[in-house]
Amino acid sequence: MSRFSRRTVLKGAAAVTSTLSMPGILRAQANTLKVGVILPLSGILSFPGIATRRGTELAIKMFADDGVKLDVVFADTESKPENGRTAAERLIRDGATVLVGAWDSGATISAAQAAEAAKVPLVVNVGSAAQITEQGFTQIFRNFPPSSEIVTKGVELFKNLPRNNGFNPKTAVVLHVNDTFGQVTGAAVKGAWEKAGVDIKILDTISYDARARDLSIEVSKAKATGADLVCPITRVNDAILIVREMIKQDYNPMGIYGPSSPGPYEKAFTDALGKYGDDYMTSVPFYDPTRAITKKVLERWSKEFSGQRFELNAGFGWESIQVVADAFKRAKATGAPELHAALKQTNIAEHPMFGGPITFDTKGQNVNIGIPLLQNQGGKPLVVAPDSIAEAKVKLPMTKWADRT
Amino acid sequence: MVELYANAIVNGLLIGAIYALVATGLNIIFGVMRVVNFAHGEMVVIGMYIGYACWQLLGLPPWASVLVAMIAMFAAGYLFQRAIGNEFVDKPQHVQFVLYIGLALAITGLHAIIFGPDPRGIQSAASFATYRIGPLRIDATRLHAAAAALVIVFGLWAWLRYSLTGKAMHAAAENLTGGKAIGIRITHIFALTAGIGMACAGTAGALIAPLYDTNPYLSSEFTLTAFIIVIVGGLASLPGALVGGLLIGVSEALAAVMISPSAKSFVSYCLLLIVILVRPQGLFSARRTGR
Repeated sequence: MSRFSRRTVLKGAAAVTSTLSMPGILRAQANTLKVGVILPLSGILSFPGIATRRGTELAIKMFADDGVKLDVVFADTESKPENGRTAAERLIRDGATVLVGAWDSGATISAAQAAEAAKVPLVVNVGSAAQITEQGFTQIFRNFPPSSEIVTKGVELFKNLPRNNGFNPKTAVVLHVNDTFGQVTGAAVKGAWEKAGVDIKILDTISYDARARDLSIEVSKAKATGADLVCPITRVNDAILIVREMIKQDYNPMGIYGPSSPGPYEKAFTDALGKYGDDYMTSVPFYDPTRAITKKVLERWSKEFSGQRFELNAGFGWESIQVVADAFKRAKATGAPELHAALKQTNIAEHPMFGGPITFDTKGQNVNIGIPLLQNQGGKPLVVAPDSIAEAKVKLPMTKWADRT
Repeated sequence: MVELYANAIVNGLLIGAIYALVATGLNIIFGVMRVVNFAHGEMVVIGMYIGYACWQLLGLPPWASVLVAMIAMFAAGYLFQRAIGNEFVDKPQHVQFVLYIGLALAITGLHAIIFGPDPRGIQSAASFATYRIGPLRIDATRLHAAAAALVIVFGLWAWLRYSLTGKAMHAAAENLTGGKAIGIRITHIFALTAGIGMACAGTAGALIAPLYDTNPYLSSEFTLTAFIIVIVGGLASLPGALVGGLLIGVSEALAAVMISPSAKSFVSYCLLLIVILVRPQGLFSARRTGR
């Protein structure tokens, strides 16, 4: 009788085959990084959350073309800050060794607690609350400026805009939404105004409910101040409501400028208002239209997401993956500690959003992000300052509503 | 300053009239069936999307989209009640809550899938038109919407009061067993009630669509506002819904001018608390809320 039965031979062959194939599997695993991306994909914040997802997905495709293999899993916070932590924990349990998120500050801080406990790095795509980098988290890498910095840099640029016969504002009125973002930014505007020595007196600060569906009274109050400049700190819907009411009430200030105000650069805003959306100004982190990488990204964006606008959310979504891909390439490993070490050494000069190289300080903050001044012209936001990256000349005073053709 | 107050009051009255139509839908459903429709705000949002779709896809004028919303929502309400709602009328309240909250979540999810989270707005030349009467500047779209809402509320009130079917609905609301005994087809009456209630919500939505951009998550605000109006005005009272709507509209507008725009909701809830404490049955009470 033979010492090797057919069953024994088959078992042996299977064992040899699986042993030989193991390095291949291990190699494949080492070549693919599992990334967990936390975003508000449903609920009240889903509008910017989905825009961020589009930018993230575009970057995943573009880096995959360059051979960077990322296995990205999205988790939805449902626009609830407390879900940031549970989403992060779930992603880490599922094998993610680096996290990206979480668009809003509350969810980011919540997710950061889970990242900190598991020692998994968290690359912040959008989230401007100062606390994100001020609470001593060691796993945070934020590629987005704190709100005070957005306001300060923006106000400085606005202050230096040339004055002319029609544009020489002496007074301003601030309208702001009364949620955390609006309250913090509204207060920051007053501080930045004083710090920059802006010679425009703020006559009144009017706050309104974040859920307001009607802003006629708010605009009436602003009009009653007779201010030359209106400074709305809004999101998209309320920015639309304010402009509509200004038209209806025939309120024609010299200019509208929203410091650190998201919304006016969104496609939803320009689509909803058409010619009436023009001349509205804002200062927010935005892409640098002069860079080669921006042109490349915009070209690919128009193919992948025709009809959508590449803006702040998509831009920082894109860069979050660029930061992760860059760290992964340098770490040559998928482990969280190796990625964390690589992220600390980040130095990306060529990236789409305006500002200097992406680097992180000891608190995990990228301090090189620039703030351009945007003005809607011809139905889209254009960079009008600083001159080094301006796409168009600033147009002030704004055209009266009745004179728009 | 007088101009500011006068405009605030007029604006408050106009928006209050639309609120009244929203609340009428909720009130009529509760009044006849003693069922609280927690998906009422979602019905308003459906109406808004119908208004948007009619304008965007079919190029219909706003009045035609209002008509489409009214008919479509009446049919949807009638069929829903016949197919599902009637099974729950006699169920305990917590079971009814589950049905309507589930329905609300399903509608919001469906809106998010079909239209996405982006705000959808109707913009036409008329969107920016205003009428000037002395110091008053009246938003034309809002005035048309409020006028239409008032016509519908009064028309509905007259129909309920003077038509045979309206009287049957009253009878069912007053005494269900008695109604059955005299041969009223209760399942049909309930379905008709749900149809009318949802048509009110849908119509209000289509009237609101040119005023506010639509997104799937607006609904809870409409539901809450309708609840406040119904409780202030009086459960199961149509005049209560009308007066409650106008009261809430004007007090919110005045609070915005006199205190702060952020105080709008605060004043609504204060009114609600006062009414609950002083006159729990509401300003125009039907007194009895159980069948």
